[in-house]
Amino acid sequence: MPTLTDYLVLSALLFSIGATGVFVRRNLITILLSIEIMLNAVNLTFVAFGRALGEVDGQIIVFFVITVAAAEAAVGLAIVIALFRHRESLNPDSFTMLKW
Amino acid sequence: MLLLIPLLPFLGFLANAGFGRRVAKSVSGGVACLAMLASFAVSAVSVWRLTALPALPPGARVVDQHVFDWISSGEFHASFSLRLDPLSAVMILVVTGIGSLIHIYSTAYMHGERDAEYARYFSYLNLFASFMLVLVLGSNFLVMFVGWEGVGLCSYLLIGFWYVKRSASDAGKKAFIVNRVGDFGFILGVLLVYGRFGTVDFQAVARAASQVAPETAFGTLSVMTLLLFVGATGKSAQIPLHVWLPDAMEGPTPVSALIHAATMVTAGVYMIGRNAVLFSHAPETLSLVAGVGAVTAFLAGTVGLVQNDIKRVLAYSTVSQLGFMFLAMGVGAYAAGILHLYTHAFFKALLFLGSGAVIHALAGEQDLRRMGGLRKELPVTYWTFVIGAVAIAGVPGLAGFFSKDEILYRTYAGGHTFLWALGLATSLLTAIYMFRLVFLAFHGERAQAEPDSRASGLRSPELATSDGVARQSGEAAEAASPESPATVHRHVHDAPPAMALALIVLAFGSVVAGYAGLPHALGGSNPWERFLAPSFEEAQLQPDAGTGEAAGGSERGELALMAVSSVVAFTGIAVAAVCFLKRRDLARAVAERFPGVRAMLLNKYYVDEIYDAAIVQPIRLVSEHGLWRVVDARGIDGAVNGVGDSVWGSSAILRRAQTGSVRAYAASFFLGVVLIVGYYLW
Repeated sequence: MPTLTDYLVLSALLFSIGATGVFVRRNLITILLSIEIMLNAVNLTFVAFGRALGEVDGQIIVFFVITVAAAEAAVGLAIVIALFRHRESLNPDSFTMLKW
Repeated sequence: MLLLIPLLPFLGFLANAGFGRRVAKSVSGGVACLAMLASFAVSAVSVWRLTALPALPPGARVVDQHVFDWISSGEFHASFSLRLDPLSAVMILVVTGIGSLIHIYSTAYMHGERDAEYARYFSYLNLFASFMLVLVLGSNFLVMFVGWEGVGLCSYLLIGFWYVKRSASDAGKKAFIVNRVGDFGFILGVLLVYGRFGTVDFQAVARAASQVAPETAFGTLSVMTLLLFVGATGKSAQIPLHVWLPDAMEGPTPVSALIHAATMVTAGVYMIGRNAVLFSHAPETLSLVAGVGAVTAFLAGTVGLVQNDIKRVLAYSTVSQLGFMFLAMGVGAYAAGILHLYTHAFFKALLFLGSGAVIHALAGEQDLRRMGGLRKELPVTYWTFVIGAVAIAGVPGLAGFFSKDEILYRTYAGGHTFLWALGLATSLLTAIYMFRLVFLAFHGERAQAEPDSRASGLRSPELATSDGVARQSGEAAEAASPESPATVHRHVHDAPPAMALALIVLAFGSVVAGYAGLPHALGGSNPWERFLAPSFEEAQLQPDAGTGEAAGGSERGELALMAVSSVVAFTGIAVAAVCFLKRRDLARAVAERFPGVRAMLLNKYYVDEIYDAAIVQPIRLVSEHGLWRVVDARGIDGAVNGVGDSVWGSSAILRRAQTGSVRAYAASFFLGVVLIVGYYLW
């Protein structure tokens, strides 16, 4: 039977993987996927705490997160498509125009 | 009642300033003259009532009018109040009386101006009269200061009346700036008076000052009176602040007569007379006043000898006569000084108005060398002018004789032999330069000036020698003329009725005014001195131990001095007659004999040049190369631009942090979260 600590360690690992993916990958779609991993790492923490404390609040918040993540994915992918049409590229380093 | 005296001219000013441009000349001029005449009538009634008051005890013959509380702050109180005493009685009669005559004269003299200009002229003139009356009626230093500054303003406005002419507006500015120097001293003096006595009321100050012993060394009272005297030198054109008065002749001639001869310039003399108690407690200052007065009188007289502009001669004569008044004040002969102020107002106004009539007749010509032979064409002007000249020269029986002689006698009796000698020499100079003026302008042959000789630049050799001054006065003459110079000498006509009236009344005054101060030595009782005594008696420190002892002895001495000065006056006239009537080549020969002296006098002792070199140029230099190029351009602009540049420079570095790379932003965002969370967890 895994303990709370096991869940938290797994969650931390997932979050780190996601964060690393956001920083190092050069593909916008991969970056979006990495963000999903980070979100799910947080979700895992919520449900783990909910179970450990015997409350449903954690699971309720996770539902909200999943909903927002779905919306975010829709908007994010739409932006990615728009960007690709603009530059024929999905490399985030192609989009550094927004500065002084 | 007293308030009406300055208020009436002020109403005239408001009327002319407000509606003058819409009405005909006869209306605006009429309003101005009526306001002055009404003010004169009120003054006369006030003075008549004043004389009805008992002369004793001291201070009884005073009329006070409290108008309103002006400033009341803590310990300090100053009310706007007017006071009529014998001294101010003399002044208001002079200001309103001569002022009325000059207003009447101006209606004719300024008739060539456009309606709006005409109204502007009369509104200024009325405003001036109003301020001058406030000055002489004010019962404390602050009210006097209001008038003091007000007349300075009107003087500026009227000198620069023909403001489109460069020299006139420059002269106005010069007068104003030089006066500011004096006014600064005056303000400091008033502050010191308040600091020492805790009041600015003249009577209270006099009472407080009479309690302290006269200063033997140079102390507070000396500093105080010295500062007030600095104000007086500015207003009354004494050395070293005399430079503005000759330039003030750029204004219309009646203005020169009213402001720069008869009234405003005597304000300094009046101020010293008003504070006679204060000054007599500071003998150090008094001797300086006497010295400055005598030196000014003499030096201005010498300059007057060689000037070629008819008005400039009179201007230097005014400076010289003001010097006489200060000499009288300085030797403690206050009544004599005021007597000279009063007689001088008549004959100097007369002379100026006479010269105005000449200028008017010659359509703007002011250069003596282009005049001559006007005696037959301008009989009224000629005879009144001669009366004025005789009066100022000090010929026995006319106004100037009594006042000037009284001053010289009191100077001599006071033991100031050197100052007396200087005064006597000035009398000689006065007679010479006045009759030089008369002979050059009215006698001899007219120097035939072709209307086009000036245009083509042809000048007679004599004009070319004194080129600097000739050009200056020539320019002044040309530009001063409201009409075109082409009409010069075309139609010479005598003074119109309004001008003739003023001339004749003033000539009459120049003859009889002096009899108010008929001295004991000539069988008179000197009613003048008795009338003014209440204003000055506390100032007579030494209770005239001299008069008892001198009653017999000095009357003979006074007669002897009178004889001497009469001889001097006649000598001066004779010298002028020889040099400028019989043998004009003699004067030229003398001038050529001493070219250095002549050049120095023509250039007025180079005072303007010295001021230019010592004050104006250094200020320009410091302003341009110091204040402008360094402090302003580098310091102030540098600070402003420096702020901008430093923001620009630092942001040039900082903006490199904004790469536009979203991943870099995300990384820094993440790093920040980690750092903050880490900080709170540990």
